[in-house]
Amino acid sequence: MFNNPARNDWLLLAGFSAVVLCLPVLLEPIGAAYPALMQKFCIFGIFAIGFNILFGLTGYLSFGHAAFLGVGSYAAVWSFKLFTMNAIPAIVMAVFFAALFAVVIGYVSLKRSGIYFSILTLAFAQMCYNLVYSVLTPLTNGETGLQLSLQDPRVIDAMFIEPAAGLPRVNLFALNISGGGYAGFYLCAVMLIICFFIAMCIFRSPFGMMLRAIKSNQTRMRYTGFNTRPYLLAAFVISGMYAGLAGGLMAVTDPLVGAERMQWTASGEVVLMTILGGAGTLVGPVLGAAVIKYCENIFSSFSPGTLHGAFGFLPDAIEDPIVSFLSLFVGDGWNLTLGVVFMLIVIFLPGGIMEGLRRIRMMFNRRPGNGRKIPATQTQPAE
Amino acid sequence: MSTRNVVLHVADVHKRFAGLHALADIDLQVEEGTIHAIIGPNGAGKSTLLNVCIGRLAPDSGAVVFDGQVITGKQPHEINQMGVVRVFQTPEIFPDLSLLHNVMVPAFAKRDGPFRLNAFQPVWRRTDIRDEAMHWLEDVGLATQSHAIAGSLSRGDKRRLELAMGLVQKPRLLLLDEPTAGMSRHDTNSTIDLLKKFKGRGMTKVIIEHDMHVVFSLADRITVLAQGRIIADGPPDEVRGNPKVQEAYLGGVH
Repeated sequence: MFNNPARNDWLLLAGFSAVVLCLPVLLEPIGAAYPALMQKFCIFGIFAIGFNILFGLTGYLSFGHAAFLGVGSYAAVWSFKLFTMNAIPAIVMAVFFAALFAVVIGYVSLKRSGIYFSILTLAFAQMCYNLVYSVLTPLTNGETGLQLSLQDPRVIDAMFIEPAAGLPRVNLFALNISGGGYAGFYLCAVMLIICFFIAMCIFRSPFGMMLRAIKSNQTRMRYTGFNTRPYLLAAFVISGMYAGLAGGLMAVTDPLVGAERMQWTASGEVVLMTILGGAGTLVGPVLGAAVIKYCENIFSSFSPGTLHGAFGFLPDAIEDPIVSFLSLFVGDGWNLTLGVVFMLIVIFLPGGIMEGLRRIRMMFNRRPGNGRKIPATQTQPAE
Repeated sequence: MSTRNVVLHVADVHKRFAGLHALADIDLQVEEGTIHAIIGPNGAGKSTLLNVCIGRLAPDSGAVVFDGQVITGKQPHEINQMGVVRVFQTPEIFPDLSLLHNVMVPAFAKRDGPFRLNAFQPVWRRTDIRDEAMHWLEDVGLATQSHAIAGSLSRGDKRRLELAMGLVQKPRLLLLDEPTAGMSRHDTNSTIDLLKKFKGRGMTKVIIEHDMHVVFSLADRITVLAQGRIIADGPPDEVRGNPKVQEAYLGGVH
């Protein structure tokens, strides 16, 4: 009945870790193997995994997760300014403050469900965004954004290290994290693997099962003897902590933060990533995050010049209209491409990329004899 | 029989819906270990009565006492944790989960209480809960489909699944709202056998039913409701012979 679920989970984790740690090699052929982009994959992967714990398991669609991302970033930068340039306290502070905010926002928002919940979270996130610009300027430095300066106290560092000339870099003891090198990427990659492991535990646990049951029929849960509010709040806070960690890592790899990180578009982006990859699956959100960030990187760098180059073989009369049409979809207009892809996915493949992979695997599976790889991931959509 | 404990006491309950007197002056005592049937024509207030018992509706006046404690005003999950379980008229299951998980969820509620943050022990390690759930799925005859998704079941099978979800909690009081509606004759009879099997043993059942075959094969006592009032209450033979009941209800159906 269960063919050793523990082994399958370890295989999945090992496979996932191997892929993440080998990204610099694997992404070489598609020209994405530079640390700045790969650490983005990891950070947004963490963000999406956390979002999926709330949305994928309970069905509660939060439109305010960027608030936690922003809180995490500000907390991390303040840790650099006040205490030390070491990454660990910054990450801890980011997660802690995001959790604090998540408890408050979640407590109020979860009084409602469905669309009202979404609107409440959106309202909270917008409130945070506007506060950052206005009354909280002393804490957030308003429009300029919060960044490091030479006058920062950095009390812990000051006790041990002679300040060098120029702004210090974020470090993890001897490793230089914010220099744009592989150290930053590997820190994010290890964090992603840890986050994936925790999410996997939650998915397989009774807690995860209760969250799925809440999504399936919340009324029934109440009459089954469950108090659903603490379950939902726990899921909300865990997911907020993931977002805070992602925000913290953004600050760790690049120690400055502006209010735009909290804008509602950032909340919307993580919704897209999760749905594109496959809500409610373990691997899907990470895939979605990577695909969106990769495409953003490719498409937004295209200019009409590159298009002219690509279609140069055509006669001018055909080339010009094609180029002017396609240039709507690249560069600054890449969001248009994203929108089109998203619509196609929702209409034709509601389960996202994971659903697509499952269908392909089923096609191959009809042929007998190659059933070996299925159990590890197929438990996902089936549950 | 009169010496048994009263496990459920509906005391003087009134409920009005916008002018309609859904429940008037209901005073009902259910004795421990019995099967108590509530019958009556459509709109008599049977389902409203059950809703008041499980805390879905608050009565305008009066109270529901379970096992010596007033349960009106308590949260649904608190009432459930006290041992009152309801099986609904329209099957309330978890349509996206497998049958096995559908039964495991209530088993967890019984074992772990209303909230437990148990995130680091995989579900499959809880063989105690799984075996218990499988046991009840076997009893209702759904064990072979334990990995199917519950939403794909027929209506009759959903009812049997929900029955297993109720029984797995080993309730002290099981409230059944038309448990056999939509079932084939064969399934109806096996449900009757199943309910008879757990007669006594500390489990009390209140059953709402239209099917007189079910009522008279199961009930120790029958209460007849009509237009929100109790018009008869007694052992089956006495109720069957009651001219008021025949006029209000039985004559119309049979």
